[in-house]
Amino acid sequence: MSSPSSYYIPHEAKWPIVGSVALFTFFYGFGTLLNGGTWFVMAAGAALLVFMMVGWFGEVISESENGAYSAQVDVSFRMSMMWFIFSEVMFFAAFFGALFYARTFSGPWLSGAGEGGAAATNAVLWSGFDYVWPNNGPEKLGGAYKEMSWLGLPLINTILLLTSGVTCTIAHHAIQAGDRAKMVRWLLATCLLGFLFVGLQAFEYYEAYAHLNLKMTTGIYGSTFFMLTGFHGFHVCMGAIILLIVMFRGTRKHFSATNHFAFEAAAWYWHFVDVVWLGLFIFVYIL
Amino acid sequence: MSTAAAGHHEHDHDDHGPAKGWTRWLFTTNHKDIGTLYLWFSLVMFFIGGGMALIIRAELFQPGLQLVDPLFFNSMTTMHALVMIFGVVMPAFVGLANWMIPMMIGGPDMALPRLNNWSFWIMPFAFTLLLSTLFMEGGGPAGGWTLYAPLSLQGPDSFAFVIFAIHFMGISSVMGSINIVATIFNMRAPGMTLMQMPLFVWTWLITAYLLIAVIPVLAGAVTMLLTDRFFGTSFFNAAGGGDPVMYQHIFWFFGHPEVYILILPAFGIISSIIPTFARKPLFGYASMVYATGSIAFLSFIVWAHHMFTVGMPLAGEMFFMFATMMISVPTGVKVFNWIATMWRGSMTFETPMLFAIGFLVMFTIGGLSGLMLAITPADIQYHDTYFVVAHFHYVLVPGAIYSIMAATYYWLPKWTGNMYDEKWGKIHFWVSTVFLNVLFFPMHFVGLAGMPRRIPDYSMQFADWNAVATIGAFGFGFSQLIFVWVVLKCVKGGEKATDEVWEGAEGLEWTVPSPAPYHTFEKPPAQFS
Repeated sequence: MSSPSSYYIPHEAKWPIVGSVALFTFFYGFGTLLNGGTWFVMAAGAALLVFMMVGWFGEVISESENGAYSAQVDVSFRMSMMWFIFSEVMFFAAFFGALFYARTFSGPWLSGAGEGGAAATNAVLWSGFDYVWPNNGPEKLGGAYKEMSWLGLPLINTILLLTSGVTCTIAHHAIQAGDRAKMVRWLLATCLLGFLFVGLQAFEYYEAYAHLNLKMTTGIYGSTFFMLTGFHGFHVCMGAIILLIVMFRGTRKHFSATNHFAFEAAAWYWHFVDVVWLGLFIFVYIL
Repeated sequence: MSTAAAGHHEHDHDDHGPAKGWTRWLFTTNHKDIGTLYLWFSLVMFFIGGGMALIIRAELFQPGLQLVDPLFFNSMTTMHALVMIFGVVMPAFVGLANWMIPMMIGGPDMALPRLNNWSFWIMPFAFTLLLSTLFMEGGGPAGGWTLYAPLSLQGPDSFAFVIFAIHFMGISSVMGSINIVATIFNMRAPGMTLMQMPLFVWTWLITAYLLIAVIPVLAGAVTMLLTDRFFGTSFFNAAGGGDPVMYQHIFWFFGHPEVYILILPAFGIISSIIPTFARKPLFGYASMVYATGSIAFLSFIVWAHHMFTVGMPLAGEMFFMFATMMISVPTGVKVFNWIATMWRGSMTFETPMLFAIGFLVMFTIGGLSGLMLAITPADIQYHDTYFVVAHFHYVLVPGAIYSIMAATYYWLPKWTGNMYDEKWGKIHFWVSTVFLNVLFFPMHFVGLAGMPRRIPDYSMQFADWNAVATIGAFGFGFSQLIFVWVVLKCVKGGEKATDEVWEGAEGLEWTVPSPAPYHTFEKPPAQFS
């Protein structure tokens, strides 16, 4: 539990208010953009947010390197990262829930299955609608489309991400053994695999839009497909950037065999996006 | 519970007190400063949300349309709920957590002080964004705080800002909760086991867990609304294979645990206050902990009782009915434990105790009407009537709000070093309680008689009780000015409080001086080792 040594309490935190202003500017700008306004305010908010993160994390990194943190502070960081990842799991749970609900309940109900008035509703409103997954609804929103096959790019991406999990673990063992140079090498491999994944995902989107006519507007299939893979891709981007920062810290002689929480947090996050991808691969692509 | 020996004081006069000037509040990392900020913010929002309620009640004073445009009326009911839930009750509980949890567990501060600052300083920005929608073209959101699709998707352009305001507050809630969990698990005094923690700490631990689990689900739900509205997705559009009812399921998967987020810390507060003024240890401490855990677990499997009339397979209706009724078991454990704590105690009735007993009686009324609403066939009759409004206002106003007032009176001498004005505190309680029942009790009658909620006009037969309720509303609203006056008076001065403040009070927070020094327990207390 707590150690008898004193706990590090920072004073005069100046970054949080910058973060609030940044988020406010970002959200306000995004809202005006959606209503037909300029993109400039949102971009300014995003830039300020990046500036805040660089400043805030920079401060924490220098404090950590100067040995300001006790073992107890380290535990606080670890717990916080775990609970943060749990909150991210629940965020994805909302979209997986939407996918399961649509596939198990609303689709069959629209085609007249189930008790109550489903059959009558189907006859009156959606006569002749037959439900199979994937589906873009009784009105075939978005028009005819082709399904995204799990063979090809998604399979390659799965292999890439799983491999990146292995390289990340090799890097972890390296730093645990105190071999910083080896950690940097394997982290570089992990980051490259991660960015390659994002690039292939972008290419897959291009394929979907250009050749399959599969878009966000393609009914519930397009909605769930792009929402789940889009948010996942965004998380892979974030995770790869975090790993890249950890790698650069490694080249600057940060971390030791016993003190490398930032690495572990980044690795946990990386495994989390990995596991989410496996869920996606099974439920969005294969089944 | 704490076995703090009287007279053992932690005299930790730190080398630095608060920073000078107004930037102290902007940059502070001190849990007490941040707690104070949260509490003042919540009080300001209480009057903004209360003002909205008075607009609603003024319009409903008589049948017919008198004062406001129906669309504005609808945006008042929507905003009143959003402000009261996210801007008043939740920040007030977080403020109390900030102030009390580090002192109760003998920790030097919150685990992540900078993040703590950010959790607070998001709130004013998020609510600026939310409230500004009222002044935008087309007005604010008017489809109810639940933002049900498809109605909410047909609202004005300000919708995007409402969604982002909810994301914004959610970021604050999740960060604040992560901080509280880390504080409770990692910052306890050496030797303090989980089962020695005060119940306020326990209930907040479970509340924080609920928040981390469901706020992201709300974020996901409103993100889907956003993409349905602006990016052409069809999550809640049957034509594209989606389902508007799906939104309700996802929303209430957040919404029902949210209900317990709004009441579990209140249970912790009442469990602190009743033993003090009954001068007896809390009856059934362990059962209180397990009951809180059971309520939290059950809160995840009862969400569809908000949707009995929406269309669900019969097995679903039955499951959610029985699961909901099951919650009355752990809640009953708590109510009986509080009564058993008072049984044969040497009771005195200072203001915190009055509010606590008011909570006990009136929250139970709200709990019993909740049990009526849980019965599916009966709910089909009650659904969307004023009976529901009466039910949740009985659990939220004399429940959550009364617990916050009780906590304020109870700990105010510890925060300020001065005793509040007991006479005016008691007047505040009695005036509030009378008007509160005048306000909400008649809603049971008009609701059972069939008056629908969220409509600015009503049929003639409901006129008398609505007039009564409006009188109660204005009485209750203006009597809260007494509260502000008592608090301000206490902050400025008054009879000096002792360290223990209350004769029967137990716990580490009563072992530090009054007012509590800027930093407490920089060295952990020795009691538990």
